[in-house]
Amino acid sequence: MTFKPKNGTLQKQLAATFSLINTGASRPFHQTACVHISPKLKPEKRRMAEEKGVKLLDLWSSPFGQRCRIALAEKEVEYEYNEENLSDKSELLLKSNPIYKKIPVLIHDGKPVCESLIIVQYIDEVWPSKTPILPSDPYARAQARFWADYVDKKVYECGTRLWKLKGGEALQEAKEEFILILKTLEAELGDKKYFGGETFGLVDIALVPFTSWFYSYETYAGFSIEQECSKLVSWAKRCKERASVAKTLYEPKKIHEFVGHLRKKYGVE
Amino acid sequence: MSKSNVVLLDHWVSPYAMRVRIALWEKGVDFESKQQDLSNKSELLLRSNPIYKKAPVLLHDDKPLCESLIIVGYIDEVWPSPPLLPSSSYERATARFWADFIDKKFAEAATKLWRSARSTEELEAAKKEFFETLKQLEEFLGEKDYFGGENFGLVDLALIPFWSWFSAYEKFGGFKIESPKLYAWMQRCMERESVAKALPAQEKVLEFVCTLRKILGFDQ
Repeated sequence: MTFKPKNGTLQKQLAATFSLINTGASRPFHQTACVHISPKLKPEKRRMAEEKGVKLLDLWSSPFGQRCRIALAEKEVEYEYNEENLSDKSELLLKSNPIYKKIPVLIHDGKPVCESLIIVQYIDEVWPSKTPILPSDPYARAQARFWADYVDKKVYECGTRLWKLKGGEALQEAKEEFILILKTLEAELGDKKYFGGETFGLVDIALVPFTSWFYSYETYAGFSIEQECSKLVSWAKRCKERASVAKTLYEPKKIHEFVGHLRKKYGVE
Repeated sequence: MSKSNVVLLDHWVSPYAMRVRIALWEKGVDFESKQQDLSNKSELLLRSNPIYKKAPVLLHDDKPLCESLIIVGYIDEVWPSPPLLPSSSYERATARFWADFIDKKFAEAATKLWRSARSTEELEAAKKEFFETLKQLEEFLGEKDYFGGENFGLVDLALIPFWSWFSAYEKFGGFKIESPKLYAWMQRCMERESVAKALPAQEKVLEFVCTLRKILGFDQ
């Protein structure tokens, strides 16, 4: 991703001081480049540079952050990506999301928007001309919001239990519940290309980041999602053919490695 | 348009159902309310909301809509006047955030007060959480007349139904809610016809909660 300056002296000055940097080999970094604002800028201009534009406070592995990244990519919006260290949260994160202190947070011209599905809808409203994320019909919109909310209420919480529980009856129950959740979603998908029909939309964006975690869920809970919900797996493949999804999602093996670290951290293994 | 093309599968004591009633009355929409017996759910309810099997459900020309904030969003789009959401995208996102906060944090903390706190420790934790969310809401309200600013809107509508439950929270939480700002806001909302019609009297809700607690095994 490159920074494209608009007309004007200030923007040219900013463009000259911008450089693309990598956050370093020690931390995994997603494919979108990070834009750095030079400390050489005078404080006032630095403040303005920081205020204007789009910033995303995020964590590379977060499915909620990925929803926002996919939406921004679908809309071809340029933005600055800030990788947060959740064990040492930045001043900006704490100031921008004082209620939950969580990522993702979208900061647009200095104003923060929190909660991933609210951020995605905001992105859809502010940049309406490209690829609509929500349909125009009010009933279809309500249905899309209902199913995105279902994904929020069910998939993350149950999926987390699949890798966080040590085993036994609780894990078995979580597995059965998860399969039921996926089958419910699969029934809603039906024979459609995407949840929104012909158009990739809100529900697809809400769910697709979790598909990178499927391998981990299957491994730790001992089941095959392909066997249980083959239509959903086909849908995931179709989504990954989209550039926005392909460049945002990590390979399942990479997520699996990350989940391995989490399991050690939480004393599961 | 006949009354029956908008049907609400309703429950008189549910704050979530109250939200939908308020929204419909704010818009001047005629509707038929069908009270649901949640201990013996109707065929219509189970068919209309197979995922959660809960009220409220709005049936518009027989098409079901579930989840109160989603229903209210739909009502606002289909009957745009007067608007419940602001026109600026940023303010809309802010309104949605706080309505969601009320669901995720406030409502959950409030429910713990009367429904799940079984020990003194659990009750104390529930009270602390309840007051913290109330304080956060108060801060957001600030000096405004309504959460939406000058006009009654989504966040006001999302929160005001819980006012009818305040006697129950106070009784089972063992406290008195002292907040002049929130109290003034509640009075302002209660002056609206839609709200006054939608909210049951606090005493009736308290009676309902007492009965429900006995069924759940509290207060034996």
